[in-house]
Amino acid sequence: MEMHHHNHHETLTGAGYDIVIVSILIAAMLAYPLAAYFTSKTYKNWPLYRYIFWILGVVTAGAALVGPLAELAHSSFTAHMFGHLLLGMLSPLLLVISAPVKLLLRTLNTTNARILSRLLKGRYIQFVSNPIVAGTLNIGGLAVLYTTGLYSAMHDSLLLHVLVHLHVFLAGYLFTASIIYMDVSPHRYSYVYRALVLILALAGHKILSKHIYAYPPEGVARADAETGGMLMYYGGDMVDVVIIIILCYHWYKTTAPRRVSPPDTGAALPAE
Amino acid sequence: MQETTSAEINLHNDLHKKLEYSKRNLWSGLLFGIGTMAFVDEVVFHFLLQWHHFYDLSTTAVGIFSDGLLMSFAWFAAIGSLFMFADLRRRNVFWMKKWAGAVFLGAGIFQLFDGIVNHKILRVHQIRYNADNILVYDIAWNASAVVLLIIGLVLLKQTRKASGKMKEGS
Repeated sequence: MEMHHHNHHETLTGAGYDIVIVSILIAAMLAYPLAAYFTSKTYKNWPLYRYIFWILGVVTAGAALVGPLAELAHSSFTAHMFGHLLLGMLSPLLLVISAPVKLLLRTLNTTNARILSRLLKGRYIQFVSNPIVAGTLNIGGLAVLYTTGLYSAMHDSLLLHVLVHLHVFLAGYLFTASIIYMDVSPHRYSYVYRALVLILALAGHKILSKHIYAYPPEGVARADAETGGMLMYYGGDMVDVVIIIILCYHWYKTTAPRRVSPPDTGAALPAE
Repeated sequence: MQETTSAEINLHNDLHKKLEYSKRNLWSGLLFGIGTMAFVDEVVFHFLLQWHHFYDLSTTAVGIFSDGLLMSFAWFAAIGSLFMFADLRRRNVFWMKKWAGAVFLGAGIFQLFDGIVNHKILRVHQIRYNADNILVYDIAWNASAVVLLIIGLVLLKQTRKASGKMKEGS
């Protein structure tokens, strides 16, 4: 019988871990609004909705990392999966919409902004921001996590635990940013290409969640894996629907017919 | 000598424009039909009736793969086709009959594919479990798919006639 052999987890991510995470969250929560507020004095007003999305994004990521849900995730796979949806999908989407890189570029002084901009245009970012690469990092990472012993090992090593969560968040962010261009996006790809990669990634997510349902990861009870798998399947749908809508909306806007000037009715024009 | 009124000219131009976008009307309808049917399938048979199962032990690996691809494509199709619909409307080239015909056709294709390939060949899941006679369900399912398909084809055939006349006329 499968069993929960992770009864020592509470000690794995102790108070020290919580303090570090909470500090990072608070720093993020403060830095963005401050930067947005002060740069709004020299540049265009930073829109209010972006402040809101940033705060929501930080809160959703935080909910997955510390607090009751994170505690529960040590023993319950379903809770872990809920956290994964927040950390790897919902939070990245909210953060991408808040366009943090755009904000960072106008916060930095000219020299540093140039360095950052050169970095963004560089070959590394070009490589990882290719949707197919970002999608592979995202879904491939999850496949490794749930089909190998990594999920079980993550519960016994703090280092693995931190690395896995960091990867889930970063890969989720990278993938979202590679599909919808809400922020600075120096390496752009066509709508058709991004749509195809998004369909493939969504398919991969669905396949993986059914695989979890059918073959529970090491150390996860069948009933828990079934609920978690279904949560992953339908929860993923909900976030992806928003990404699809944003992508299609951008597509719709760029293909707008050029405004045809009204038929030449010179006589009707008021005489100067 | 025949005087054509400006209204007639406008009508002629409108039809001409619609013909130009005939294919986009067709694709928008087709994708919407596929997407909507997948959505209906999910909501009605999985959630409300709970006839379909998320996974059953006879689901094949290929079944999990193809179903994942099909469902994610259908999600994109449902949303994308509505934006195409909005695009047709803003260009003033929306062609109701063509679009509706394509919706029926798409819905029929999805149902038939689901009924034959997914349910029977890949065994993703059955229509209903613990049913006395699954064959009756299968026949009803696929027959309804064929009915949708035929409605779609008939409507599209009628639009073809219309566009044929238009081309001769111009």
